[in-house]
Amino acid sequence: MSDEGWRQERGTLAATLGPPLFWLVVFFLVPLAVVWAYSFGQNAGLTDIRISGTFANYARALEPLYLGILAKSIGMAGLTTLICLIVGFPVALAITFADDRAKTWLLLLVMLPFWTNLLIRTYALIAVLRTEGYVNWTLEFLWNRLGSIWSLEPFVPLDLLHNNAAVLFGLVYVHLPFMILPLYAALDRLDRSLIEASLDLGAGHFRTMMQIVVPIALPGILSGILITFIPALGAYLTPDLLGGPDSQMIANVIERQFKRANDWPFGAALSFLLLYLTFILIALQAMLQRRQAQ
Amino acid sequence: MSIIAVEGVSKFFGPVAAVDDVSLSIEEGEFFALLGPSGSGKTTLLRMLAGFETPSEGRITIDGQDMAGIAPNRRPVNTVFQSYAVFPHMSVADNIGYGLKLDGMGRAERASRVEEMLALVQLEGLGGRKPDQLSGGQRQRVALARALAKRPRVLLLDEPLSALDAKLREAMRFELASLQHQVGITFVMVTHDQDEALAMATRCAVMERGRLVQLATPSDLYEFPNSRFVADFIGSVNMIEGVLKTDKPDEALIATQHLGDVFIDHAVLGNVGGTLWLALRPEKIEMRPRGDGPPPQMEDAPAGLNTVPGRIDHIAYLGSESVFEVELETGLKMRVIRPNLTRWDQEDFAEEQPVWLSWHACAPAVLAG
Repeated sequence: MSDEGWRQERGTLAATLGPPLFWLVVFFLVPLAVVWAYSFGQNAGLTDIRISGTFANYARALEPLYLGILAKSIGMAGLTTLICLIVGFPVALAITFADDRAKTWLLLLVMLPFWTNLLIRTYALIAVLRTEGYVNWTLEFLWNRLGSIWSLEPFVPLDLLHNNAAVLFGLVYVHLPFMILPLYAALDRLDRSLIEASLDLGAGHFRTMMQIVVPIALPGILSGILITFIPALGAYLTPDLLGGPDSQMIANVIERQFKRANDWPFGAALSFLLLYLTFILIALQAMLQRRQAQ
Repeated sequence: MSIIAVEGVSKFFGPVAAVDDVSLSIEEGEFFALLGPSGSGKTTLLRMLAGFETPSEGRITIDGQDMAGIAPNRRPVNTVFQSYAVFPHMSVADNIGYGLKLDGMGRAERASRVEEMLALVQLEGLGGRKPDQLSGGQRQRVALARALAKRPRVLLLDEPLSALDAKLREAMRFELASLQHQVGITFVMVTHDQDEALAMATRCAVMERGRLVQLATPSDLYEFPNSRFVADFIGSVNMIEGVLKTDKPDEALIATQHLGDVFIDHAVLGNVGGTLWLALRPEKIEMRPRGDGPPPQMEDAPAGLNTVPGRIDHIAYLGSESVFEVELETGLKMRVIRPNLTRWDQEDFAEEQPVWLSWHACAPAVLAG
């Protein structure tokens, strides 16, 4: 059926587009608009919010304290993205060049965590990292084995949990599939004969990777970076459960405004600041991609 | 000395032999074609020459050097890929200069070599273009120039013309052949298109299911095929089964159901009483209108032999020639080709017309299997 045909069948169009559009407007756009309106309001009493059109919330959000937390969040998300890229690229490459049977299984392994609840995965990480966790248990076992040969000090468990490293570890663990899948999609699309042509013309594998594979897969790499960075920037559960007192990220601050501080207008302003940042990043990527297409 | 020697090479993918015990040698300056249907192993053989596949058995020598364990980037060969594999993020000049840069050639020398290559493939002035600004034919020229820029001992071409449209393909045949003359490099081409192989190659190796079935010049492949597969694969042919009746030094008689006794003016391979096949090319059959008169007499065959009556079933007028499908009285359909030498030749015959088909005693190729 042609485009014209679809347009003429107004009934069909309305029936297919209507319900999701309704859902999107009522349960996403309208609440979002309400929160946006809150960000220009102020608390009046315990539960009432007066929308006065003030910019005070945004001004407060730009105070050094909150800017510092935002910067730290950007740093954590950036580091997460970098580690995911370094770890994910070889994995994506290996999946691309695996034979078809292995490819299916490897992709399944990458996607498997998606089907497990984030909370459960995070608690599983706690079980791995905590003082009596599997890592320390294994280390203690090895330590005592060595202790039976040489005399050693008693084993002191490592503090692996409730610090920034634990948050970073958790963020990488959660977001790695977000990096691997777009990278794999980009690498898999790549015409193999381009790689062979480079080898044929005298290039080694490393040079072929840097001069042919990476430049051609660059749009995929950029979307991988974006798709990893954005959710990592807004991460809430991971720093909340794995982090220490100084590990809070911007989402934790936002949550506190809505709950404990009961300052919805300020929480709304912080939320929208995060949203604007995300929009800017997406726009940047779209611009880069358009420039590359030209 | 031959530039490429393939000795007893096999390649197994699992239990399947993609290439099965192939031996051949290619001489310096040849335009060599590997010809076969898809799945015949010709591409695998080419990829083993390029170094992208390793032989499971056997030995490949290029320019006197054993290629075992030598990576693609260290071989004295370059490849033109079927998809051309022109790097999309580089300009035409950067594509052509890629291999030269890797060799450490200086900027000035590289630029002049790139210009020389652009001129060779008639792309002067297009060095600054990006590949997506080129037509398919131009992209192919870039791939050619890029592969030739390093002046390899051997140029490998994987189905070089298959992605072009028919008209361009025909023009490129001549161009590729004259380019090979010009640069004097040995060309090894893989193709499934027999016209392409016949038109360009000095010698062809015909492959079937991993095996080399015949290696010959194009005209020998066409006129003296050594098997039914080759006769059938190269050009079109009427294949008729028969039994050898008599076999003498200068004549043989083969009894067939459809053509009666067929007289051959030379001895044939095979035992008297054994089954043989006659491969009769459509253009080697003469066709005459059939009236009430006696059958035409071929001067090189005994009376009444090498002539059968038939009726034109269908005519395909192709301009330069006409292809006729003639139904014999036994029901067999024979294909006959007549060149349209004058502007009225196509009016000589009409569908349903009774005709005589006759052929010379030397026309059929006699095949054992």
